[in-house]
Amino acid sequence: MNEVARAFINVLFKMPKGLYVTFKHIFKKPMTLDYPHEKRTMPPRYRGRHYLERYDDSTERCVCCGLCAAACPADAIYMEPTETEKGERQAKVYEINLIRCIFCGFCEEACPEEAIFLGHEYEFSSDDRDSFIYVKEQLLVPQTRTDNPFKRIFRRTRRAHLTAGSGK
Amino acid sequence: MIWPIASAELLPLFSYLYELLESTGLPQPWLAVVVYTFLAALVFGVLSLLALFLVWWERKIAAHIQQRFGPMRHGWHGWYQTIMDAVKLLQKEDIRVATRDKTVFFWAPVVCFVAAFLAYVTIPFGEGLIVADLNIGILYIMAVTTFTVISLLMAGWGSNNKYALLGGMRSAAQVVSYEVPMVASILVVVLFVGSLSMVDIVQAQAGGIWNWYIFRLPYGPIAFCTYIIAATAEANRTPFDIPEAEQELVAGFNVEYSGMKFAMFFLAEFVNAFTVSAIAVILFFGGWHGALLPSWMWFLGKTFGIVLLLMLFRWTYPRLRVDQLMEFSWKFLVPVTFANIIIAAWFKYAGWYW
Repeated sequence: MNEVARAFINVLFKMPKGLYVTFKHIFKKPMTLDYPHEKRTMPPRYRGRHYLERYDDSTERCVCCGLCAAACPADAIYMEPTETEKGERQAKVYEINLIRCIFCGFCEEACPEEAIFLGHEYEFSSDDRDSFIYVKEQLLVPQTRTDNPFKRIFRRTRRAHLTAGSGK
Repeated sequence: MIWPIASAELLPLFSYLYELLESTGLPQPWLAVVVYTFLAALVFGVLSLLALFLVWWERKIAAHIQQRFGPMRHGWHGWYQTIMDAVKLLQKEDIRVATRDKTVFFWAPVVCFVAAFLAYVTIPFGEGLIVADLNIGILYIMAVTTFTVISLLMAGWGSNNKYALLGGMRSAAQVVSYEVPMVASILVVVLFVGSLSMVDIVQAQAGGIWNWYIFRLPYGPIAFCTYIIAATAEANRTPFDIPEAEQELVAGFNVEYSGMKFAMFFLAEFVNAFTVSAIAVILFFGGWHGALLPSWMWFLGKTFGIVLLLMLFRWTYPRLRVDQLMEFSWKFLVPVTFANIIIAAWFKYAGWYW
């Protein structure tokens, strides 16, 4: 008898309560995004694909020292140096294999010239393996671009994070 | 009686057609055949559209309950997603198991589809919008919708697959045990009206919301609760979808079906859900009665409300185990509905609540 009474209480009072919870959720805003049309803004320290930074006069920062390649645990960076007519060292070939890359950001930390950094772009899938080897022309930020948001905001936040972590 | 028919029994559109055909001198049986063929085509078309709409709606509701979007690609909020799905299923290869029982395997989806649509002969979509007002209306629906279980058994047997067979057997056991409380809760209303005809049942609830049987009868809410529980099981919908329990039986009776045969099962499932909701509306929510709007709008609106309730069931409650399912039916629902009938009979006998 007790069992029957419990079943009655469940059917008449407790189960409609559950229904009300699901019903409420119908009118809530979806948590997901309508992806290709709407995109998430990535968190500031997100590590997407690489960029090669320029100076304000649009000359390349990278001096092809090879420290990024040395720091790279996945051995994804290949470079060959050359000299400009002014006698400055510069990369002739600079390639990053994004299939090998593990997006750890060590290259960014290793770079003494603050030339390489990882941006927020993550949509570079392809069905062709060769297209994942990004060459210098693809990695360099466009010449016309005077203001670089990554340089100002994100490098600084990461630097702050690092100093906080090491206790300095 | 289905025929001979008189033009006054039909919708204005069809009585016009009837008179037009009559003027050509077509003899009576053929006249009825032609007119009813048109009616059948109309009902079939409307219901196919409704089933397609319900599939989309269910997906949207399910998605929004889980706070996602659901189909968004085809049209505004993916409104023709189901049509594209049907087109895709039509193009698919019709995979047939070599060891199948050929005849049974072929006819199972057909029986399922036809059984789902047969009920609509006596469902009034609005005032006068009924194919045939049989005097055994609700009994006829109960009898005809039970064909679904035969088709599920056929699908399970014909597939020659142990999961499919288990699904078919479970479905048979489930539908047989839930038929009893379902009919018993319908009986409460029928007892009060004194007629099995759908139109009579709806007409008895005319005149305001308090005349709907769920409010008018003191035992109405209980009858509605037991009916909707049994109907959910009858339509093989989740909490009671053990015939096609994905996690244990892959897809139950329709594992081996693909392409358009699968689509037939799928659409029939949604037509069944609409049928049980329509019956609930007719029995407990005053059918087509309502103010201002045309009667068919009221009927469809109320029915969609009940379908929404079924969908909420689906996304709220976890699936029952087989033994729990049987226990719930025989140890709880059947005694409750029978007690309800006794109370209803006593009320009727004593002449209370007229």
